[in-house]
Amino acid sequence: MKNMKRRDFLKTSAGVAAVAAGPFIWVKDASAQWSNTPEKGAKLRVLRWKRFVAGDEDQYLANVKKFTEKTGIEVRVDSEGWEDVRPKAAVAANTGAGPDIILSTHDDANLYPEKLVDVTDLANYLGKKYGGWYPVGEAYLRPNGKNWIGIPLGCAGNCVVYRESQMKAAGFNAFPRDTDGFLKLMRALKEKGTPGGFALGNATGDGNVWTHWLLWSHGGQLVDKDNKVIINSPQTIKALEYAKELYQTFVPGTLSWLDPNNNKAFLDGQCSVTANGISVYYAAKTSKDPKLVEMAADIQHANMPIGPAGVPTELNLFFNQMIFKHSKYPKAAKEFIRFMMEEEQFGPWMQASIGYVTQPLVAYEKNPIWTVDPKHTPYRDAMKIMRPIGYAGRLGYASAGAAADFIVVNMVAEAASGSKTPAEAAERAQKRAERYYKV
Amino acid sequence: MPCRRTGATATEGEVRAYVSRLLDNRNALGLLFLLPAGALLLLFLTYPLGLGVWLGFTDTKIGRGGAWVGLENYEFLFGDAVARLSLFNTLFYTVVASVIKFALGLWLALLLNKHVPFKTVVRAVVLLPFIVPTALSAIAFWWIYDAQFSVISWALTELGLIDRYIDFLGDPWNARLSTIAANIWRGVPFVAICLLAGLQTISPSYYEAASLDGATPWQQFRYVTLPLLTPIIAVVMTFSVLFTFTDFQLIYVLTRGGPLNATHLMATLSFQRAIPGGALGEGAALAVSMVPFLLAAILFSYFGLQRRAWQQGGAD
Repeated sequence: MKNMKRRDFLKTSAGVAAVAAGPFIWVKDASAQWSNTPEKGAKLRVLRWKRFVAGDEDQYLANVKKFTEKTGIEVRVDSEGWEDVRPKAAVAANTGAGPDIILSTHDDANLYPEKLVDVTDLANYLGKKYGGWYPVGEAYLRPNGKNWIGIPLGCAGNCVVYRESQMKAAGFNAFPRDTDGFLKLMRALKEKGTPGGFALGNATGDGNVWTHWLLWSHGGQLVDKDNKVIINSPQTIKALEYAKELYQTFVPGTLSWLDPNNNKAFLDGQCSVTANGISVYYAAKTSKDPKLVEMAADIQHANMPIGPAGVPTELNLFFNQMIFKHSKYPKAAKEFIRFMMEEEQFGPWMQASIGYVTQPLVAYEKNPIWTVDPKHTPYRDAMKIMRPIGYAGRLGYASAGAAADFIVVNMVAEAASGSKTPAEAAERAQKRAERYYKV
Repeated sequence: MPCRRTGATATEGEVRAYVSRLLDNRNALGLLFLLPAGALLLLFLTYPLGLGVWLGFTDTKIGRGGAWVGLENYEFLFGDAVARLSLFNTLFYTVVASVIKFALGLWLALLLNKHVPFKTVVRAVVLLPFIVPTALSAIAFWWIYDAQFSVISWALTELGLIDRYIDFLGDPWNARLSTIAANIWRGVPFVAICLLAGLQTISPSYYEAASLDGATPWQQFRYVTLPLLTPIIAVVMTFSVLFTFTDFQLIYVLTRGGPLNATHLMATLSFQRAIPGGALGEGAALAVSMVPFLLAAILFSYFGLQRRAWQQGGAD
């Protein structure tokens, strides 16, 4: 039954795509040239993260099939839970065996750049053809400013997901754009008995995403450009004081929340505001349950509010595509990634997942999925306004280790819950981070 | 049988005789039969353990080989507040859960040893929590403890006993106790069934003799049951402590070590540092740090609970 609904949905979104078909509005750069002859008899193995929304995987595999039909190159796609891809990719890099292409997350490519095929030519071609890469893609995958060690796939955009009716009932007509207004809204919602909540447990995705936004929004950061740990700063303490106020308005139990909790609570109507990918809305919209379909109409999205830092400071789950040097068919692998990134494949894929993955190439902003439903629109800018994890330092083992150890999440949770004062929490985070960033 | 190649036959015969003598020798034969098991243990236990110990002395990262750094990882962990907290959590978790598992297990075993109706069915049912894969029962507990969907909180609210949901996993001490409760639920059947087996080996004639002497039920338990049960208790509790100390799945599903690292055990922290964090060397060092505690537990049960010579295979 659920499947039927999803199919219906896919049909509608395909219809939408057809209506909006015809050339996109940007002018393609005619000078973008690509010539590449895949090795004869090439076969490819691709390892990717397991889908968050069903439409993603269906369309991805359809694109893969199309690639095989066109080129005769066989492709086997395996998928694993996204947190398990990281160790597998590392082992592949270390042992020199395993999949030819791995789609992984965040700063993985920066852990073993020397094991990856240089894809500068491909990145240049795609960038030229599709309006350029967003800077954050370069921050992750062009560490020396010259060579690309992977091709950005995009990011799982993260926005504030909220219930419009409850916001209005709390006396707000539009979602606040700044952190002060946001706090006021959260207080009003709490008073009305419809509080919001954000994950403060060891939630690898949701926890890191919103606590980094909070830290950065007040001008705090873990490290500076030279990887010097500077988290124990007045800005951080301001952020933590803000977190403490904000936490007073949360639904109970957020300290225990892992990645799935906010989705569950939101879809059950127990949480009016949270931060999440578009998957909550997708689940409600494609549900068979009339209550959820009704809720979908009431769900709205907004970008994370802007704090004293004055600029958007979001963190989203970044996805890369890496070709390993141990691959016997690097040219075929490049061809595969090129094919999947071209408009004919990438566009329908974005539509099938209703924008779960935000494009890494500027031109794809024009994809109709972002405008067909205004509720999708905030996710369009996820790549444009995000910062890399480990901002503003260099990416590598230190940034990966610090994030995996939940240093920022724990710091915010400690201060928010009152188990430590903001000053103590910041000092503790400084000490913990220094151990990772020691030379 | 005519022999044409006498020289060759002589050596062949010698070899054959040697082999048959060897096969008659109990020790040699025993060694031979142990060989496959020994090889398996060497390959799948000794080698990984040795590798783990070695990694603990290097700065190996996932995806990159490491160099020998001596005790640096251990020094690092010693100075790390989260690692020290995980040690405390592990000890607390193990001690509390093991003591309660022992008490409940013994009690359950004594009950099951009586003549209860549908004895076999009841015994089978008791084993269920132990049979269900931990990952599955942990997910059940995850829902039971959920901040929004907890059935316990729901029932208590409906009964009017509480006015807000219990924050089972969101408060450090609640979370510690909740994970311990889940561990106990899972571990009691193992203790109970093993102790029940031990109880059934005790001959009824001891109890008859004791009751003829006018011993009270408590005295029977204290002076007959308990002494005869100690060897089993020693073995069962050693295993129970080892399982509890190295618990991973339950914590990983329920809390991932949160909130505020209050339920991070050494095993979960070791995984977090080594695999998602990429610091294989440090994670290995943390895992190796568990070994002395485990050895201590084994030695304690060996020397502490098996005091009597006859329990160690000698004469009393």
